[in-house]
Amino acid sequence: MKKIAMSALLAALLAACASNPKPAPVTTAPAPAAATDNTNTAPATVDLTQGQNKPGYSELTDPNNILSQRRVYFDYDSYVVNDKYNELVQAHAKYLLAHKDAKVILQGNTDSRGTAEYNISLGQKRAEAVKKLMSALGVPDSQIETVSFGKEKPAEPGDTEEAWSRNRRTEIVYQGE
Amino acid sequence: MLSRFTRLLASALLVASAAAHADISFDVVGVGANQYPIAIAPFQNEVQQTQPVTPVIHDDLARSGLFKVINGGDLSPVPYQPEQVSFPAVTAKGAQTILIGKVTPNGNQVTVRVWLLDAATRSSLISYEETVPVASTRRVAHKIADMILQKVAGISGMFNSRIAYVVKTGKRYELQVADADGYGAQAILVSNQPIMSPKWSPDGGKLAYVSFEKQKPIVYVQDLIGGRRWEAASFKGSNSAPAWSTDGSKLAVTLTRESGSQIFLVPSGGGGGSQRISSSGDINTEPFYAPDGNIIFTSDRGGSPQIYRMSASGGNAERLTFQGGYNASGKLSPDGKTLVFITQTSGFHVAVMDMATRQVQVLTDSNRDDSPTFAPNGRMVLYETQAGGRGALAAVSSDGRVKVRLKAQTGDVRQPAWGPLLK
Repeated sequence: MKKIAMSALLAALLAACASNPKPAPVTTAPAPAAATDNTNTAPATVDLTQGQNKPGYSELTDPNNILSQRRVYFDYDSYVVNDKYNELVQAHAKYLLAHKDAKVILQGNTDSRGTAEYNISLGQKRAEAVKKLMSALGVPDSQIETVSFGKEKPAEPGDTEEAWSRNRRTEIVYQGE
Repeated sequence: MLSRFTRLLASALLVASAAAHADISFDVVGVGANQYPIAIAPFQNEVQQTQPVTPVIHDDLARSGLFKVINGGDLSPVPYQPEQVSFPAVTAKGAQTILIGKVTPNGNQVTVRVWLLDAATRSSLISYEETVPVASTRRVAHKIADMILQKVAGISGMFNSRIAYVVKTGKRYELQVADADGYGAQAILVSNQPIMSPKWSPDGGKLAYVSFEKQKPIVYVQDLIGGRRWEAASFKGSNSAPAWSTDGSKLAVTLTRESGSQIFLVPSGGGGGSQRISSSGDINTEPFYAPDGNIIFTSDRGGSPQIYRMSASGGNAERLTFQGGYNASGKLSPDGKTLVFITQTSGFHVAVMDMATRQVQVLTDSNRDDSPTFAPNGRMVLYETQAGGRGALAAVSSDGRVKVRLKAQTGDVRQPAWGPLLK
């Protein structure tokens, strides 16, 4: 499942590169190679790093880089980021500080219990909780937008404890992804 | 208890069969405190029409739980005019009133002529005629059902109205509008991203709703005729939970542009600024304009979600709910006497509170209920529930006695909103 998402992301990035009018014909050459490498798990992202115009993207999608981790899960009725996500949030904050043109959208989500409209506000609290950590690390407001999907976009359908715990989350999405 | 159940089952079967052609079919469980026995005789010429009139009136009255509808089709001869009615035969069927009439087609138009007659006094309670385009036959039928409701039960109308709701089928979301009985469903918005919170403008001509088409919640307003739509609230952060002001000029919305979720007023026409009206608490949302212009809303300021009331200009809020740790989605009835809301006990149920006595009554035992919405006359509450693992619509009378389950053919049906009475 994750792999599919990842390769879809790669495909999207490749498409973005291909449609970008800037790169000289030379830079489009590695693209087909990347596409074939993609079936071959590991080195797929390397080619994208070499694409000179968007050097940062490999860090965000490299499965070996913590920046590819985008989900912060929350306990039931909790709107506080668990310490175990400190490293993850710090890594994203550091990335944003190093890339002033990058913007992140923090998308808060809830489990399926409660009214749909109230859950938008609860999901918002989960997005804000992650933002608070990033702000404390110096990331300016202009680089962060917090939004909520409430219970409208569950990561996992169903009404089991497990589905609920996988749905109480904030997703870190970079603008343009 | 058992006999009551059997009786309920019998009435449910009767109604279900009568509604077999509905886009959304329904079952009725329970009866009103007072059931008015009414005989309905098939109208002259109506069987030849593409849309017969009396089945629509029959379904409306039966679904309300307030009427015991008696078939007048076996009266011999079937009366089409007042002088043809045999009142002893009507009384023998247990009916107090009888509805008779005739349908006269004329090209693209049809004339519907009806009388409601009182068996005891042999007098005419309703005498009405209307000529409409053939396509509006159902509309006239609903109008007649509303007249009967008014005349016999003394209750203002609710049948000649529309509902809006969201249907999710796979990854496709549709905002649909249908007649209050589920017929004539039409999608007014189709999206691959969630749609939520449809709310009718007071004149019934527009819907405000939240769409995630731009990967975040944005409040839109859409004209029903023509389909023109615009962003009414699209600020940084989340824009959700629209509610129309009583004059339709403003929307109360929940924005997160300042700290937490706060209620703001924005012009419904879009393009304007926003005025914050809620002050304390991390979460203030689910605004609803009461008929008197005050705003009912949900807030966590007391430590758990509870329902409050404040002036539309902000300021101090009065807490309305105290029972239990989760009360949300509050709406006042059109007469301002009843608050309907969602309360959590073991699950999430529809409850009502008498605003005079502050007495709370839980109306449903299903446990995933959401989005309660009053009929234009306040007698019924339409809400979202779950049936067979899917979202479904259901309705309950405000006194809890009558329950109606609407069954969509496919998909998850959610977030209903009952519109105003049509003219």
